[in-house]
Amino acid sequence: MNIVEKILARASGKSSVAPDDVIFANVDKVMVHDVSGPGVIKVFDKLRKEGILIDKLWDPTKVWVAEDHFVPSAEKVSAENIVKLSNFTKQYGIEKHFKYGMGQYGICHTISHEEAMVMPGEVYVGGDSHTNTTGALGSFACGLGHTDVAYVLLNGKIWFKVPETMYFKLNGKLPDHVMAKDLILKIIGEIGTDGGAYKTMQFGGSGIDEMSVESRLTMCNMTTEAGAKNGIVEPDQKVVDYLSSRGATNFNLIKGDGDAEYSKVFEYDASEMEPIVAKPFSPENVTIVREAPNVELDKSYIGSCTGAKYEDLVAAAKILKGRQVKIRTEILPAAISIYKRAMETGLLKIFLDAGVTVGPPTCGACCGAHMGVLAKDEICISTTNRNFPGRMGHIESQTYLASPLVAAASAVTGKITDPRDLQ
Amino acid sequence: MKGNIIKYAQDNIDTDVIIPGQYLKVHDYAELATHAMEGLDPNFHSKVKNGDFILSGKNFGCGSSREHAPIALSHSGIKAVLALSFARIFYRNAVDGAFLLPIEIEHDAYDGISEGDEVDIDISANEIKNLTKNQTYKMKPFSEIIGKIIAAGGLFKYKPDQD
Repeated sequence: MNIVEKILARASGKSSVAPDDVIFANVDKVMVHDVSGPGVIKVFDKLRKEGILIDKLWDPTKVWVAEDHFVPSAEKVSAENIVKLSNFTKQYGIEKHFKYGMGQYGICHTISHEEAMVMPGEVYVGGDSHTNTTGALGSFACGLGHTDVAYVLLNGKIWFKVPETMYFKLNGKLPDHVMAKDLILKIIGEIGTDGGAYKTMQFGGSGIDEMSVESRLTMCNMTTEAGAKNGIVEPDQKVVDYLSSRGATNFNLIKGDGDAEYSKVFEYDASEMEPIVAKPFSPENVTIVREAPNVELDKSYIGSCTGAKYEDLVAAAKILKGRQVKIRTEILPAAISIYKRAMETGLLKIFLDAGVTVGPPTCGACCGAHMGVLAKDEICISTTNRNFPGRMGHIESQTYLASPLVAAASAVTGKITDPRDLQ
Repeated sequence: MKGNIIKYAQDNIDTDVIIPGQYLKVHDYAELATHAMEGLDPNFHSKVKNGDFILSGKNFGCGSSREHAPIALSHSGIKAVLALSFARIFYRNAVDGAFLLPIEIEHDAYDGISEGDEVDIDISANEIKNLTKNQTYKMKPFSEIIGKIIAAGGLFKYKPDQD
């Protein structure tokens, strides 16, 4: 069995599973945020009306809550959702609630790794599509809707069809000007936004071994844009070190068998990789940066679970140090822990000196919620994950998806720019 | 189950156009319905009738996990979406929450059915009859678990232990 089959077999109490088997998997961790939380509350209300008693959760110690989409509260509806969420965690005794304005908080997927909320080998579900991100720690991490999350909160399990696994192998170390974001965009460009539908996308090979845990998180994060059920990387010493440094030591490293089966294998040569952008209006609409359209950009946005981890900020700072931005540029570290580290290591000063506005952790404009949404006809280069019509604001705005290096280089020139071409 | 078709002849209709991100904070189902399909078809809310079906291409509902998407369609009156394929979270949200039926069709139905056609979906026969054009198409049967959850009326009413 491969790693996903082994995790799902263990979670469903079976000696083995195979693709297309339908199982009920016991869930190890579950997450809701300020959008899916109120959605779950609504499902609970509906169930109560149908006479179903909901006085306690299956296991509140396995549940954690993030505030990320509309925080700090954008207006009164969002503020009320935050109150609802606080009442919910209090009512059901959920202690792991990362509240904005009270120390560590951030985008749920970032909290999942920054705070070591999910361990290798676990089944982790979240009320958000980019839950896939956390597969980079070697867990089965999968996004679900409100009804399914409500079911997990009450029953501790959920049904899955065991996915077939596509294996993406990177040979060699990526060049310095190429980031994990470029590789995952290239893959999505190749297989399309439904190329991974219902499947696992597993990443491996010497190039993935060379990658930092944060880069692997970027890879798994955007398996969502290929429609995948989950993304995963087999855990190694880097994952052990990453989690240990965050206080987590009690976990089992599950890996696939030597004869594990994959439905399809893709191979990439790292030395041939180029910086890439996805043009409007789909993450699959990719081109190499040096062949990108010569458009006048209005904005550069460096934020989100995809593109505002610490190493993403380091990459942006490498470009912005001693330079000035030519267009509006926002950088929103994805969690307070990252924000603080960026302050301590001088990154925030580099950004502010370059003219950038540094904002608080939030999903913000990535999903068109607030804090820097786009006006009609505005064109943005962004380290986020989707560029469907209206994703970041007005239906007639445009978003180009890129790595933090490319977004920062483009902020300096006002054009879509390969970091190698900066003066 | 009979209904009239609203056709969007394109692939990859994503959740950002089914219900734009600015409405994710809204959890009032009736209010969500007024914004359904707003990112693609601002006239949707005025033209949709209770019992209508949507017909579309492949990868319908791709993008986010927002259950707002099937909720907004369902509370607009949409009883089924007929598409060449579905994104996985939209599909399971539609079924597990019992909001609407996701019907996978083949190209004959996609090409043959037009805007406004009245069709009759017969799940037991895995057939779609176009009553306007007097044509019949096959639908892809539901997998076993999906069929059972639909028959039960959603995931919370489905009792896996009784299988």
